[in-house]
Amino acid sequence: MASPEHPQKVKITLNDEIVWCDPNAYIIDIARNNNIYIPHFCYHERLERTANCRLCVVEIEIGGKKRIMTSCNLKPQEGMIVNTHTPKVLEARRVNIELLLANHDLNCPTCAKNLHCKLQRYSGELIVKETPFTGKRRNVPVDESSPSIRRDNNKCILCGRCIKMCGDVQTVNAIQQQFRGFETLVSCAFNEGLGESSCVNCGQCVIACPTGALTERSDIPHVIDALNDPHKIVIAQTAPSIRATLGECFGMNPGTNVTGKMVAALKKLGFEKVFDTDLAADITIVEEASEFIKRLNANENLPMITTCCPAWIKFGEQFFYDELSHMSTCRSPQAIMASLIKTYYAEKADLDPQRIVLVDIMPCTAKKFEILRPEFAGEADYVLTTVELGKLIKEMNIDFEHLEPARFDNPLGESTGAGAIFGHTGGVMEAALRTVADWLENKNFKHIDYQAIRGMETLKEATVHIDGMEINLAVVHTLGEARKLMEQIRSGTCKYHFIEIMACYGGCIGGGGQPAPTERFDEVLKKRVQALITEDLHKEIRKSHKNPAVNKLYDEYLGDIGGERAHKLLHTSYQRREFK
Amino acid sequence: MPADVNDLKLVESILKKYSRKEDTVAALQELQQTFGYLERGHLELLAKQLSLPLVHITGVATFYTQFKFTPKGTYHISICRGTACHVKNSETLLKHVERKLNIKAGEITTDKKISLECVNCIGACAKAPAMMINEKVYGNLDEKKIDMIIHSLE
Repeated sequence: MASPEHPQKVKITLNDEIVWCDPNAYIIDIARNNNIYIPHFCYHERLERTANCRLCVVEIEIGGKKRIMTSCNLKPQEGMIVNTHTPKVLEARRVNIELLLANHDLNCPTCAKNLHCKLQRYSGELIVKETPFTGKRRNVPVDESSPSIRRDNNKCILCGRCIKMCGDVQTVNAIQQQFRGFETLVSCAFNEGLGESSCVNCGQCVIACPTGALTERSDIPHVIDALNDPHKIVIAQTAPSIRATLGECFGMNPGTNVTGKMVAALKKLGFEKVFDTDLAADITIVEEASEFIKRLNANENLPMITTCCPAWIKFGEQFFYDELSHMSTCRSPQAIMASLIKTYYAEKADLDPQRIVLVDIMPCTAKKFEILRPEFAGEADYVLTTVELGKLIKEMNIDFEHLEPARFDNPLGESTGAGAIFGHTGGVMEAALRTVADWLENKNFKHIDYQAIRGMETLKEATVHIDGMEINLAVVHTLGEARKLMEQIRSGTCKYHFIEIMACYGGCIGGGGQPAPTERFDEVLKKRVQALITEDLHKEIRKSHKNPAVNKLYDEYLGDIGGERAHKLLHTSYQRREFK
Repeated sequence: MPADVNDLKLVESILKKYSRKEDTVAALQELQQTFGYLERGHLELLAKQLSLPLVHITGVATFYTQFKFTPKGTYHISICRGTACHVKNSETLLKHVERKLNIKAGEITTDKKISLECVNCIGACAKAPAMMINEKVYGNLDEKKIDMIIHSLE
């Protein structure tokens, strides 16, 4: 019975300790909050609990009866005795792993997920030495049809997390279980490649995959070749969120800002110049703010939707091709920086653009797709994700932890706090509002922290009053949430003027190319967000339109904001995209 | 004879009977009954009709062995691989037919005359090992008997 000190709680015994817990919580989470980790494959904090992997079993005693039950979908009951690591439980988990290993290719040392694989980890922890089960092994071709994601079904354990991520969270539905029994595969319709499917390359399936079945398509070998080619000048740009996550690849705490070390590591790797995508983010903002004000004054094509996220753009082109006029024509910061490096910078530094190899360091698998869009042909050459950069630094045996911080190169290295926050959900909107408010009221506002659009809720709404106007805002992340908004727009019931959409949960800090948090997913993401918010707070300049490097660029090269040259170099277009 | 897969009016008249997710299997069955197999284009139309992702339709269709994705021949041979037939060596018979026709189970001869598949049980256990050609059951088979039956398919 609930006690006065613990109203609405139930009492259970967890591994011989009394624990008061919320009756609607689940045993796996209750145990984690009591510092006991229960191994699992199919369970994921943000996905439906289907309890199909059976690894999270625990021993339960209730009413004198002992049972083995899955803990991910089990709620506590008054008086329940839970034992998470009895010999019986361990044996059940061990057999589970042995069965999975019986149909696994076991190429661990050469696997992209080596040392980050849950199957490998649990095999080690449960001291599984060999599998007593012998039989057929799956042997199917590896799918390399996508520019972003590599799928090796021989390493798939059919936990179903990728399917739930793609279907339930993102509503993209590119993959499902196909065939039956031993033949079961996670695949696209007619077992075709991801590259031909409705996949938007967001990579959330990669983040969700506990094994090496889904990984990024690696461009590391190409980058190493370029770095060793004496005729090439290799330049890097680093996206806003990389500095908040790269440290995790080297065992640092989530939320450690490693900007200086990251730049130093890139220099050590042989990049001649390291430019900051944050500056391009500032340019995105001045262009987008000016575009928004134009649309607002003309009351045309509202709501306007941000277009920094290439996964969202492909999603829109596929599913909402009749509403593309709402999308801002502004390029993403990546694409802006890429166009500036091969034009403005090449001219300024007197370099042949043909000799420049531009490597984008991005949090995102979809950026690998974005640079292949015909509109951006010849601009960026390769995209490395955060995870790939981590691997490259390790491959070159650079002692990341002890690197002396270095600074970004000029003239494309100076940025503001507004650029920094692009890396998390709400950041693009917040940065845009800072500029829109200043411009519309012709003032220099001091209070520029838009708290209402911060935080991890997948739909955040706010109304701001600027220059006598009431502007309704919405910030969404995850494509399922974006779909709901787009359906409102389609049906004419949308009340917003300005919308930010990011495909990944949390924005770019949760991107498909980021290190996957092994547990406490939300907590890790929040710490990453905090790192960017702190960076913004400590910046001397926190508004994009006040960035002196940006203003110099317009004076020297781009001309007017929203002008002819700016349009050619900084804007783009979208078209209907067929999909299977 | 199966209907012409390019007869889109016929496809449409079938699909318009179905509107719910729960109708998937029934719709697939009717398509297969009409056209002899599931044609890719028809499944794409079915996905639109039921407002389901195509990958869900193919997921269901590939789960059930009753659904076929290649056209059937004029003569469609179903070798029974149920328990009783298995005990009576149906595997050897299957290999024999595969060799003889130079196709694997699930395939069709180049002249489109004969197609071959394995089925789980045709309910003719008393006559094991058994097979069906189109709707007719042949039982108590051995290699010689099968050869004669196949030769008679002209």
